[in-house]
Amino acid sequence: MTALLEVKDLTIGFGEAAPVVDGVSFCVNAGETLALVGESGSGKTLTCRSVLRILPEAAQLRKGSLNFNGSGGSSALLKLSEKAMRKIRGDRISMIFQEPMRSLSPLHRLGDQVAEVLRLHRDMGRSEAKQAVLTQFEQVGFADPNRAWRSYPFEMSGGMRQRAMIAMAMVAKPELLIADEPTTALDVTTQAQVLGLIRSLQADTGMGVILVTHDLGVVANMAQQVVVMHKGRVMESGLASDILGAPAHPYTAKLFAAAPMIPQVATAARAPHHDDIILDLRNISKTYTMRAGGWRAPVTVSACQKVDLQLQRGTTLAIVGESGSGKTTCARIAMGSEKPDAGGHVLFKPEKGADPIAVHEMTTTQRTLFQRQAQMVFQDPYSSLSPRMRVQEALTEPMEIHAIGTAAERREKAAEMIRWVGLDPDMMRRFPHAFSGGQRQRLSIARALTLEPRLLICDEPTSALDVSVQDQILSLLEDIRERANLSYLFISHDLAVVARIADEVAVMRAGVIVEQAAPDTLFYNPQHPYTKALIAAQPEPDISRPIDLDLVAKGAGSPSLWPEQYRFQGTQAPALRELEPGHKVRCHA
Amino acid sequence: MIFLRYAVWRFITMLLTLAVVSVLVFTIINLPPGDYLSNQIAELRATGQAEGVAKAEFLRQEYSLDQPIWKQYMIWAGIAPGPQGFAGLLQGNFGWSFEFDRPVGEIVGDALWMTVLVNLAAVLFVYLVALPLGVLAAAKSETWVDYTAGFIGYLGLATPNFLLALILFYYGHRYFNIPIGGLMAPELEGEPMSWVKVQSILLHLIVPTFVIGTAGAAAMMQRLRANMLDELEKPYVETAKAKGMAPARLLAKYPLRMAFNPFVADIGNLLPAMISGSVLVSVVLGLQTIGPALLIALKSQDQFLAAFILMFVALLTLIGTMISDMLLVLLDPRIRYGARG
Repeated sequence: MTALLEVKDLTIGFGEAAPVVDGVSFCVNAGETLALVGESGSGKTLTCRSVLRILPEAAQLRKGSLNFNGSGGSSALLKLSEKAMRKIRGDRISMIFQEPMRSLSPLHRLGDQVAEVLRLHRDMGRSEAKQAVLTQFEQVGFADPNRAWRSYPFEMSGGMRQRAMIAMAMVAKPELLIADEPTTALDVTTQAQVLGLIRSLQADTGMGVILVTHDLGVVANMAQQVVVMHKGRVMESGLASDILGAPAHPYTAKLFAAAPMIPQVATAARAPHHDDIILDLRNISKTYTMRAGGWRAPVTVSACQKVDLQLQRGTTLAIVGESGSGKTTCARIAMGSEKPDAGGHVLFKPEKGADPIAVHEMTTTQRTLFQRQAQMVFQDPYSSLSPRMRVQEALTEPMEIHAIGTAAERREKAAEMIRWVGLDPDMMRRFPHAFSGGQRQRLSIARALTLEPRLLICDEPTSALDVSVQDQILSLLEDIRERANLSYLFISHDLAVVARIADEVAVMRAGVIVEQAAPDTLFYNPQHPYTKALIAAQPEPDISRPIDLDLVAKGAGSPSLWPEQYRFQGTQAPALRELEPGHKVRCHA
Repeated sequence: MIFLRYAVWRFITMLLTLAVVSVLVFTIINLPPGDYLSNQIAELRATGQAEGVAKAEFLRQEYSLDQPIWKQYMIWAGIAPGPQGFAGLLQGNFGWSFEFDRPVGEIVGDALWMTVLVNLAAVLFVYLVALPLGVLAAAKSETWVDYTAGFIGYLGLATPNFLLALILFYYGHRYFNIPIGGLMAPELEGEPMSWVKVQSILLHLIVPTFVIGTAGAAAMMQRLRANMLDELEKPYVETAKAKGMAPARLLAKYPLRMAFNPFVADIGNLLPAMISGSVLVSVVLGLQTIGPALLIALKSQDQFLAAFILMFVALLTLIGTMISDMLLVLLDPRIRYGARG
């Protein structure tokens, strides 16, 4: 049997520099999924784009061949004319991109954008095309295809947009689908559903799939063949079962070691202590009023409701939730950058037994004091460091603002913090662009530490990083927590990350905490259907433990699908109850 | 339905803005000490012409220039009764021009329409030139097409308008027999509208349109080019490419649509910039627009004439912004649905 797509010795480079994709070869068979795995900069995206020949203009295809053996006969993709290539794009080979938010035009209706594929490639009338698109919409799981047809992308959630993208890629019944990190920008429960959808569409049509991903868990759930790439070269390739079972190449083994996993726990943990609270959030609600001008009625949106959280000194409290769960709002309120609705209290105790600072009603002097004690680490290390400030300036600036020490002392402190985070003080003269993502996040942490804070609020500090780097940053955070006697409020969407670092986890959904416990308790004995869905949706790099889509769909769906005792009464969620010491669940008694 | 509500709301806010503008205009015009008549009276006294003084004093009372400023404003706007009862802007009475010794309405009459005509032609010119050039420059960025378009554009920005006008007149007349000066052949002025007159006006419009529009077109082209270049980087362009769209169609359907917003939003800014920018050109070219009249009125503190012209320019601006706002609502569903996406 000839393979659907044969890639041979593909080499791509920019300008005079060494190739960024170097001698890559692999085959994709019809009906099979091949996963291209690698971290950022591994060349996996360029490789998959070269199949459609939609590389950036500066990229040169230096060597190699791409043979596509579709139903229309065999063709060497690199030798086709641009016009012949256009016939293949979207029709025989189609593609799904990473960011469904930005990959669809916001100005055109979904129906129009999807039907366009048929207008380009099929000789179809308007109504015939519409019919085909509606059928496709139904297949990708739109409850009301007609509504989806009329909708604009911004009216939909990320998962729905990605479904629309998939519909667009599938509507012409391609023989090969290229999915470039199709679920990286999505929440885990949505990811599970989208992966399930791609798999079932593949089973229906028998198409080949190239899945580009950095997530070994996704690979285990999707792929038959795996190609592991690193710095433009293939490190290892073969059957998924072989590679995932026993990685031969050290790089693959390293990727495995770094992949965060939800541990399989044998017993529940002891209830966390709460005798020395550093940060106390009580009855925190936040309602935003959106006004868009005199011709629209104002709309109120509730970001979080009645959140109670206590952070024990020297420990890590994690808030876990998907987008829109209100976790970031909680962090902003804890930081004092936003005020909770009336009735909410945020109390911060710098020392045991000290007078608490009321963060929700600070005076200017109190705020200055508080800001020395509580610092923040942000998600995106690329935009949280000013590109125009040298590292040294960025690191000494907080101390300058608080008028701490002389210039020489400040420099000394900055150098010390740089060493703490595992970098070399010689780097202080450089600008941030000279650093990699992981190094920048280390710099952000060093900057937060220069004021010797007591509390660090980390807002998704590892989400923008590669897995191996994420692993290092988490180790660093653990290390300095002990060293500097810090307490963390840790915001994340990723249960596996939280499993590693947190002492207590609060799971948030749609503005309320649905379950709260020590991580081991949570993984050993999850109670709430939403928590169960989150755990089930986490892709594990183990082909014997596939995602249980049913469990995900039930828990992540509407509360009316939940078992009786967790359901809402009207719009009112049940109260948070303590089932066993230190394990709270939102349910009826 | 949403659009209708928006249009009504937008119209009401426009009227309110116009009211505020009228206060500002009237205040600013009255900021310099004295007024046209007190200046004239002082001059007449100095030259000992007593009967003239009496007439000026009469006019001062007649037009309430002896009243406090807030009352003058109310009378001018038509909110309070003056010596002739309610006779202000609201009643369609634009006041008296002392300089020309005629009612303001009579002086500006035709010139108003000519101003609108000249400037609309210029706006049209700006858009017709900037759209294709801007798109072309972006699509072929960093090739000779881009550089040529950019060079011509900067040339257009850098050349003083009146100089361009003189050059164009000279060569236009010499090689294409384009008439010099005015907005129509002199013998047709005051004649009723006819085909010959329309032809004459169109022929006379060529040079002024070009002169007034060049700088605007050059700036607009550069803006459109920059917007297009931003849009071409966006992932949805790649999506369209992966669908198998041909480049020209892709360009027109996706990035151009997105780059259009600032282009449309500029309509409002363009009108006043052109009208004030075209005052000098109108004087040089001898166009019968309100430009020259505004210049004279401002110099001699002919306050009702100046105030009316400024109000008229403000009205054009407001209508321009209203049109662009409504077009944006029609063009961009994100604005229509008030979503932040």
